[in-house]
Amino acid sequence: MIGTATIAAGPGHTESPGLWVLAWRRFRHDWIGLVSLYVTAFFLVLMAASAAGLIAGDWGKEVGVSHAPPGFMGPGATATQPAPRSAGSPDASRGQQKDDSGIADPLADVLVQIRAKAPPGSVDTDVADPLADVLAEIRGRSGSAAAAEARAPTLLFGGDKWGRDVLKKAIKGTETSMFVGLAAAVLAALLGTVFGALAGYYGRWVDDAFNWFYSVFTSIPYLLLILSIAAVLNQKGTVTVILILGLTGWTGIFRLIRAEYMKHKVREYVQAADAIGASNTRRIFVHILPNVSHVVLVQLSLHVVLFIKSEVILSFLGFGVGVDTVSWGSMLNEAQSELLLGNWWQLAAATAAMAVLVTAFGLLTDALRDALDPKLK
Amino acid sequence: MIPMSPLDSDDILVGIRDLTVSFRVDRTTTFEAVKGISFDIPANSTVALVGESGSGKSVTALAILGLLPKENSKIGSGSRILYRDRNLLELTQGEMRKLRGCDISMIFQEPMSSLNPVFTVGFQLTEVLTEHAGLTNRLARARAVELLREVGIPEPEAKIDAYPFQLSGGQQQRVMIAMAIACEPKLLIADEPTTALDVTIQKQILDLIADLQKRRRMSVLFITHDLAVVGEIADHVIVMRDGEIREQGPVRQIFEAPRDSYTQALLLCRPQLARRPKRLPVIDDFLDRAPAAAQDVPQRSRGLRGDEQIVLEARHIGKSFWSREGLFGQREFKAVQDVSFKLAMGKTLGLVGESGSGKTTVGLTLMRLHDASSGEVLFDGKDLLSMSPREAMQYKRRIQIVFQNPYSSLNPRFTVGQILMEPMHIHRLGSGEQEHRDMAYALLEKVGLPGASFFKYPHEFSGGQRQRIAIARCLTMKPDVLICDESVSALDVSVQAQVLNLLQDLQDELGMSYIFISHDLAVVKYMADQVMVMNEGKIVEIADSDEIYLRPQHPYTKKLLSSIPRGWRGPGGNGDRL
Repeated sequence: MIGTATIAAGPGHTESPGLWVLAWRRFRHDWIGLVSLYVTAFFLVLMAASAAGLIAGDWGKEVGVSHAPPGFMGPGATATQPAPRSAGSPDASRGQQKDDSGIADPLADVLVQIRAKAPPGSVDTDVADPLADVLAEIRGRSGSAAAAEARAPTLLFGGDKWGRDVLKKAIKGTETSMFVGLAAAVLAALLGTVFGALAGYYGRWVDDAFNWFYSVFTSIPYLLLILSIAAVLNQKGTVTVILILGLTGWTGIFRLIRAEYMKHKVREYVQAADAIGASNTRRIFVHILPNVSHVVLVQLSLHVVLFIKSEVILSFLGFGVGVDTVSWGSMLNEAQSELLLGNWWQLAAATAAMAVLVTAFGLLTDALRDALDPKLK
Repeated sequence: MIPMSPLDSDDILVGIRDLTVSFRVDRTTTFEAVKGISFDIPANSTVALVGESGSGKSVTALAILGLLPKENSKIGSGSRILYRDRNLLELTQGEMRKLRGCDISMIFQEPMSSLNPVFTVGFQLTEVLTEHAGLTNRLARARAVELLREVGIPEPEAKIDAYPFQLSGGQQQRVMIAMAIACEPKLLIADEPTTALDVTIQKQILDLIADLQKRRRMSVLFITHDLAVVGEIADHVIVMRDGEIREQGPVRQIFEAPRDSYTQALLLCRPQLARRPKRLPVIDDFLDRAPAAAQDVPQRSRGLRGDEQIVLEARHIGKSFWSREGLFGQREFKAVQDVSFKLAMGKTLGLVGESGSGKTTVGLTLMRLHDASSGEVLFDGKDLLSMSPREAMQYKRRIQIVFQNPYSSLNPRFTVGQILMEPMHIHRLGSGEQEHRDMAYALLEKVGLPGASFFKYPHEFSGGQRQRIAIARCLTMKPDVLICDESVSALDVSVQAQVLNLLQDLQDELGMSYIFISHDLAVVKYMADQVMVMNEGKIVEIADSDEIYLRPQHPYTKKLLSSIPRGWRGPGGNGDRL
């Protein structure tokens, strides 16, 4: 940051505690803050491990039967849950015939109906499956793979429609949602801080210009703005969501940082910096910025929470991440139709993960603010 | 503990016995602010509680009023505050509230922040009267006008509907006093009531408090750091340091025959108008050994011979501020008008004035910290004010400034090493990291700080030490001119003497020229060769410092000089203060 920060420690001196060390000392006494820090750190590790492919790399693999219930409930625990099928038997509720290879007979429904209507004596003489030969051939070709892939009747925390492990999905969703939240918050904080610093420090027409820009942004209803930017970008994906949230979310940070700069630029230490010949840029970024950095940090963590929730909403509405990625929002979207069938575990997994992280992050923000600003406690 | 001065128990209004107050700093540490003090406040007299910051004088006052913060303060179990045979520390909240504002009331240091800005002074005054005295609104208003007249507010019938911001600082303090005496208190506690005021206003307020005390036969507990003020107003003096009473006694004894070395130090550390020793005595001189008699100390002579080389010359500087009025109109406020002076090499120019006189504006304009509206500043034969920022850069180094508040003029996120080495980086002084570090260490030694300070942050230093760091920062650039803008005003008396000595030593050694800006005439008299008096943006008088103090020409200068508190001047000298 400053050139002199790299001074080698002289012999025998003790390092003096700076602001961050003192803040950490205060923070350590706040057990709620500590617990929330651990929880948040756990989620961060989860995110990193998932991104590196160490865990949940195979989330897309269909390992269980469709809508496999959680392991602790046992197979067939709910009434509407289809019983695990033995190979070849008709699956009434899904109306499709499947076997271990996963290849369904499209005519199975029709056949079942016809057979039901036919008199008892004439079974399997008149109605033959016209596709039976083809199916047999296909099954024969994929036979070796199908045999190896025995589908589990239950999964640790249940499965989704395609039999994917909900736990792994939730971990993958954590990666997506948290990454989007963090990246968008960093983008918003960066924009808000730079704009706020320039507007607050220079004042006059610079301030006016930024304020006009700010007013235009805030005069449009928030969700509408997000949806319109999503429509303009017209490209689903993680990066798009980050851009949408980051480009719309800087306004609050801008106002706060601008006020801080207006307060600090008349302080004597800034005048003293002017007196020793420090340039404007140096005064803005080297002198004042470290003195308002705690505000930025608190705002950053506040916005992470906000953006995680926004991402969930966006994905839920279908403006979020693409179909090939999973986030908490898209999980909740799927959960809508599942819930009608009584399959609650996907909803529970996504909600629990989100609630725990958001609560922990919120408490962490509170504890941070207390530690960084002891006077206001 | 120093023995109590014997007093007739009937005459005692408030007796404080073994008062200890401690504050909780964090989970494990507590700080004892008051360490078992005992003293009496006799009826119908003024008791002064004198001490530097951190001596526990304000904490004592708050303890009497029961206003200490409940969350982190604790009064010792053996402590007693006796008022009319009752121990105030044992009263309930409700009983205490009845007593406060009625029997015991208080005025604070900052009148502006003690008055509520959104209500008229009349409203706030009548509120006290209806609450405590139970008067009806109409009666209360009449009484409020009476009170305002009593504290010397001109046109009280009109001023009663004024908002606090429409009054001057002195008038606001008068309103505060009116509120405090509204219920005829037996004890008035005044906590540094004049510290925030100009010297001429201070004089008026002191006279008013002394006058009210006599007329209403009440007791006053006057808390201050300024012994000179004490000499003017007090009957009894209590000197406190670090939560202990160092000495107490009648004012005459304290001033004429102080027994405690700390009291002696306090009396002599402050620059005085009559003497100008080569070095000001500091506290350590008294605590370690017996001091030399004040008269024997070598004196320094000040003044200009007239043939000195001129470093800097200001010609007709003017600075206006514009405030918007109406839709398109602008109103001009002339902060500085037509200021011209010459600064001699190696000499000190004192700049004296009250708040709003434009003295700080002159300093900031010389530094180009804000743009001048007119005039020129010649330095090395070139006009500093008309230069482009790039051209000015090479001159910027040569004029430096030490600000008033050492707590806000150092960046709290920089270590002392970073603070000192930053100017060297910016101006590319010296070569390389190692030389910068050596220079920084040398400067720390020069301003009397240990080398270990290099790695510390400003918050680890006291006010005086921080001011030393600020001075060292200026010295890194080897300036020709150093502007000291109220540089010692925020410091305690003993620390003030040390910093003044440091500044003088540096001038003797390095031959810098000083522009010494202050509201404190005694300090300016001590430091300056030539004194310039400013009032309402204009120079009213400029002359050699001895000349201006002995033979002031302009009526404003005379008024300023006569307002300086002169301490104890014997029974006759004090009697004529009314």
